[in-house]
Amino acid sequence: MIWVDTVIQGILLGGLYALFAAGLSLVFGIMRLVNLAHGDLIVLGAYLILLLVTLTGLSPFIAAAVAMPLMFALGYGLQKFMLNRVLGEDILPPLLVTFGLSVVLQNALLEGYSADSQRIQAGSLSTASIELGGINLGVMPLLTFASAVAVIFALNQLFYQTSLGRAFRATSDDATTASLMGIKPAGVFAKATGIAMIIVTIAALYLGMRSNFDPSIGPARLVYAFEAVIIGGLGSLWGTLAGGVIIGVAQTLGAAINPEWQILAGHVAFLFVLLLRPRGLFPRAVD
Amino acid sequence: MNALLETRGLTARYGDFQALFGVDLALGEGETVAIIGANGAGKTTLMRSIAGVLQNPPDSIRFEGRAIGAMPADEIMAMGIAMVPEGRKLFPSLSVEENLLIGTYGRKTGGYWSLATVYELFPVLKERRHAPGTALSGGQQQMVAIGRALMSNPRVLLCDEISLGLAPVVIKDIYKAVPQIRQAGAAMIVVEQDIAQAMAVADRVCCMMEGRVTLTGRPDELSREAIHNAYFGAVA
Repeated sequence: MIWVDTVIQGILLGGLYALFAAGLSLVFGIMRLVNLAHGDLIVLGAYLILLLVTLTGLSPFIAAAVAMPLMFALGYGLQKFMLNRVLGEDILPPLLVTFGLSVVLQNALLEGYSADSQRIQAGSLSTASIELGGINLGVMPLLTFASAVAVIFALNQLFYQTSLGRAFRATSDDATTASLMGIKPAGVFAKATGIAMIIVTIAALYLGMRSNFDPSIGPARLVYAFEAVIIGGLGSLWGTLAGGVIIGVAQTLGAAINPEWQILAGHVAFLFVLLLRPRGLFPRAVD
Repeated sequence: MNALLETRGLTARYGDFQALFGVDLALGEGETVAIIGANGAGKTTLMRSIAGVLQNPPDSIRFEGRAIGAMPADEIMAMGIAMVPEGRKLFPSLSVEENLLIGTYGRKTGGYWSLATVYELFPVLKERRHAPGTALSGGQQQMVAIGRALMSNPRVLLCDEISLGLAPVVIKDIYKAVPQIRQAGAAMIVVEQDIAQAMAVADRVCCMMEGRVTLTGRPDELSREAIHNAYFGAVA
């Protein structure tokens, strides 16, 4: 029974990793851009929610809803005025620019908030649990997982049921031909990064409510997110959820064997999948 | 004649390589002009310049009197110039129907063309509408590419080598659509290596060689010899 419990906790933890990864997956799928500042943007989002909660006394969920349009605007501007200028045949410039952005964000947060760890207070919600068939499930992990499923579902609807989604896929296939259809690739990319930042805000909400955070933890979130994207297969959104779940289960299983093995087990699972399926579990047919 | 679309002294280069040397071309309202010429004559470069894939001095291309030479492709498309690119260039991630629908993304002008009328023009596409665009045969893919361009109800339709790599019987099928496209009101520039096909559909034929227009005229006034000379260069 303890193993069933461990696996279920791992699956729920995977929801958090899938939330970290969904925005990264979206941006990578559309413009082949690896945003090395993704983890730091999640941390920035957590500080923004914290700021709103502290200033206004709003519930963290409402604060996150207020933060979403701000983060969308940040992502849109970031893409339009900075990242679009470095996208091209060479993949090195965007890597360098986002790496620089990561350093800037970490140091700006350090200046503004010091290195003390912070937490978004969620009141009784953070300890609430429900019992299902003899297993105690935390309400917070359940909410996290449900949000991850909802985000992936919504992104899939956006991708496959809307004209913006068609434009995303067409631009990803062939930006020059897309422009012949009246699509402005630079504008499509800016919208995509804006939407990714909305997902980042949701990830930030759960990151901040579930654990302590400080300005330095971004890069580690990026690593989890990146591993989830790679395990799932580049460009596959449901694959990203599966990737998050695999890392989550590996971590809780590792921790059950030896508490020191938690982080290591996640990385080993990643390497194992990479060894067996170098293109991930659900690679896109065309690449 | 008051031209709908016009190039004046259009010069295009790829780095050090000059592909067009002062091309003058005029397209009237509802007119179909065929551009013929051998590989490397500059036909595709001319199409890509008009469509805005290649940037030029603003004044070198005019559409409805406006200088559009330096506009990006998406703005040119929004003004009503749609292109069927060489090699079809369907989006592999999109189904047949989605490939058609994407044609309306930048220009949602009412007009004759819609999903229903495109399916009427090419009935086979309706049967295959949920298949990935790239799963179709070459001829069917070309129909999707033409339909996709028509979906925006363009004033000018640019067709770049629509018969390239297709069997003669398939080419005939595709060219059967041209009269209907003309009837719906679009002016067309058709780039074609198949001279007979070009002569059959065009009001005027332009022959290009080495980046220059070497011959222009109505199909019935051009002799075989004149075309041969303009196409391959006069035999000394």
